[in-house]
Amino acid sequence: MKVREMMERFGLTAATGGKGLEREVKGGYCGDLLSEIMANAPPGCVWLTVQGHQNIVAVAVLREMAAVILTGDRRPDEETLRKADQEGIPILIWPHSAYDLAGRLYESGVGKPAAA
Amino acid sequence: MAGDEHSALREFKADLHIHTCLSPCGDWEMSPRDVVRRSRAAGLDLIAVCDHNTSENAGAAMREGRRAGVAVLPGMEVCSREEVHILALFDALDQALAMQAFVYAGLPGENQPELFGYQVVANEDNEVLGENPRLLIGATTHSLEEIVHCTHALGGLSISCHVDRPANGIINQLGFIPPDLGLDGVEVSYRIPLAQARERCPMIGTLPCVTSSDAHFLKDIGRAATVLRMAAPTLCEIGRALRAEMGRGVMV
Repeated sequence: MKVREMMERFGLTAATGGKGLEREVKGGYCGDLLSEIMANAPPGCVWLTVQGHQNIVAVAVLREMAAVILTGDRRPDEETLRKADQEGIPILIWPHSAYDLAGRLYESGVGKPAAA
Repeated sequence: MAGDEHSALREFKADLHIHTCLSPCGDWEMSPRDVVRRSRAAGLDLIAVCDHNTSENAGAAMREGRRAGVAVLPGMEVCSREEVHILALFDALDQALAMQAFVYAGLPGENQPELFGYQVVANEDNEVLGENPRLLIGATTHSLEEIVHCTHALGGLSISCHVDRPANGIINQLGFIPPDLGLDGVEVSYRIPLAQARERCPMIGTLPCVTSSDAHFLKDIGRAATVLRMAAPTLCEIGRALRAEMGRGVMV
């Protein structure tokens, strides 16, 4: 599934300018401690977090993420948006909890191991 | 002349991060008076009183400092919205109180003493003046950048707290230290010898580095301190020592 398709399907809105929406979503990851995300997030994932600090862009680039989703109706800092547009990393907004969205994404097959 | 500047330099044993009974997690015995007396007994020349998101006990500690012969600076350990702890250090109480007004404007919630601890405001004669009702243990709505900017605008120094620690350390919360943040320095906890800080925590890079007790109990005062070579126990001199200007510096 591409980022654009995921947005339409789950009602996510983009905070960034529209770059990177053709990236392929290959999995998901949740967390707010950036040191832990830097170590463990899988490539191609969408990352669900409440952190809006500009360092999330560097972490997303480092881990080759498809997109970052700010949950709980949080908004990214202005500098974060500027850097995300520069790097072509989409930052999306989800008004509810990460748990809620993660469950829906997983159910739809994102990051779910293929049935045997 | 430079020679005069150098000859006037001496070493000050400094602990720039000590709590009082105003911090919810600070022990009841950490009255401003007794924090200062204990600091003197521990051989400290200079301390900064840094409670969580407040400076309301700093004035009492400064007055006791003048009586006891310890230089006391007013400060605060501010919690940013990224849940990073950062020290704001000042020379004068009015600067710290201006910082406190900025912090209070972005500090939601009320304390629940039975859950988080009592927040006692006391004077230099060990009399309780009241309790602070705010949720001092909480995070502010201010970003790290806004906090550093406000600290500097008020003439203060910004030092990122216990960067070696998982809980509320900048490296753990944000993965790395934002290079353009404009920090005046970083603090490592008492768990790491200052001489090993850069090796144990490579992300500190070339930022000036100090260590502090971060004491919440009287017995912890003195468990870590930083020796600063400088002309006087003032904020301006601390800044110069951190920048290693004119023969000043952090002794490691």
